[in-house]
Amino acid sequence: MTPDEIYGRLRSTDMDAVPPDDVEKLSADDASELTLKVAAESFGKVAAYLAKDDHLGFDSLMCLSGMDLGEELQVVYHLFSIKHKHKVTLKVNVPKDSPKVPSVEGIWSTAGWHEREAFDLFGIEFEGHSDLRRILMPEDWVGHPLRKDYQAPKEYRGIPVLPREEPE
Amino acid sequence: MMPAGLGSATGCRRHRESAAEYVRDLGGMTMDTVEIEGKLQTEEMLLNMGPQHPSTHGVLRLLLRMDGEIVHDVIPYIGYLHRCKEKIGENVTYQQFTPYTDRLDYLASMNMNLGYVLGVEKLLGLEVPERAQYIRVIMAELNRIASHLVAWGTFGLDMGAFTPFMYGFREREKIMDIFERTCGARLTYNYIRIGGVSRDLPEGMVKQISEFLDYFDPRIPEYHDLLSYNKIFVERTANVGILPLDTAIAYGVTGPCLRASGLKWDLRKDEPYGIYDRFDFDIPVGKGEMGTVGDAWDRYMVRIIEMQQSARIVRQALEGLPEGPITGKVPKMIKGPKDKELYIRTEAPKGEIGFYIVSDGGKTPARLKIRSPSFSNLSVLPVIAKGGMVADMVAIVASLDIVLGEIDR
Repeated sequence: MTPDEIYGRLRSTDMDAVPPDDVEKLSADDASELTLKVAAESFGKVAAYLAKDDHLGFDSLMCLSGMDLGEELQVVYHLFSIKHKHKVTLKVNVPKDSPKVPSVEGIWSTAGWHEREAFDLFGIEFEGHSDLRRILMPEDWVGHPLRKDYQAPKEYRGIPVLPREEPE
Repeated sequence: MMPAGLGSATGCRRHRESAAEYVRDLGGMTMDTVEIEGKLQTEEMLLNMGPQHPSTHGVLRLLLRMDGEIVHDVIPYIGYLHRCKEKIGENVTYQQFTPYTDRLDYLASMNMNLGYVLGVEKLLGLEVPERAQYIRVIMAELNRIASHLVAWGTFGLDMGAFTPFMYGFREREKIMDIFERTCGARLTYNYIRIGGVSRDLPEGMVKQISEFLDYFDPRIPEYHDLLSYNKIFVERTANVGILPLDTAIAYGVTGPCLRASGLKWDLRKDEPYGIYDRFDFDIPVGKGEMGTVGDAWDRYMVRIIEMQQSARIVRQALEGLPEGPITGKVPKMIKGPKDKELYIRTEAPKGEIGFYIVSDGGKTPARLKIRSPSFSNLSVLPVIAKGGMVADMVAIVASLDIVLGEIDR
């Protein structure tokens, strides 16, 4: 399917009453791949529809990335359909003070670990995740290192964590 | 038959006071009850495999919940090798990050270089000269052979066969020599650069590579004699750790592990990048020759055939290798385009390595996410190892061929 067809397919169905404003097209009309911005409240339904619909059939979650946009946090989902060989990118923005996104672990099992990673490094909370805990950092680490405003601690369990002094 | 509650990942350790309670918990099974004097230890045992364990291929800790020899649950703990690669990526320039990609999958640094560099080139719209394109394919495929040789050798080692390990490293050594003569390094090459490659092939290198291929091709039947059809090896790997195709796709398993489950899917063929569309090669898939499709033996076999196919690609690339420059026009200081991003994935030996590069117009990427193949491949371990024996765990981990450097990043 072309990006236009995918977008058209999403628009033509009501998807369990997702408000039309919750899905916004970000990519240009002539772009080779479709990018959508989805509101966090509707994201669970949109994701389920993308995976289950026969014509869309997005069976593979290639990549799940956290992003720090300054004011907001963002989760980026790169989806691919092995059956139909087409792609779509979804972006979900959430406020920094309550970063809550519905988990898609039940739809694509690989999201389980990827969401743990985004939680670990960005502090994004995935609602409905079966086992949301740190994955790369130590369990008792404080803070989320990939946030732009992250300050590294002076020490961790007596081991100095010294950021290198930048020469001016 | 697994009793309810035992399979869940969050289930806590249960204590049973008596053997009778244990029989009750097994649910539905009928057994003759034998009275035993004294207190019998029947609770599940927690066993740490790793982080320092030869068969975990790095610093990986697996927490096993076991009932005797049966593995009820596996909980992988990763992160021991976390070196903040993605954070570093946001703080160094585009060129400066290439050496860091070497240290992702350090057994296939060329392929890691290639994936990242292709992404940056696509982001900036750079042209790469023909000769560099061919050299890249030669190096990437040789590195794939080297990586699979380590996978092959260590698989044998984990199954108790020491000789394959020596054979594998003997062949790999010749590839290391080729790389060393070409770029000076044996492990972390930093050879494939943005716009081309760092230096041209030295004199006589084409001959050295073809001599290696002539030497390597007859080795494959030797490997089959030594390990592939060895009775003990087949017993240990066939019908072990069966990974069904739908599970593989759901868990984002890629590379040889996915192909072993029966899907003919290879980015070099299905989404050709670079000049891969010019070469003729086959994609092996698991056939369940010794047991079931998607078992550990299939994953092993796919890698062996892939080595043969890579050798085929290298031969074709050597034939077509043109003369000419090895680097294109690349600005000294790369400034990313304003508000542009891309996700690029390439076929590394372990699976699909993906780079999500976001540029905000600065000298450094605004975000650099690395989607590593072994990370997703390992995440399926708790599913396929459940219910097996503890000795099978070793076979399954070996068959997944993980490298912790790219899992932990």
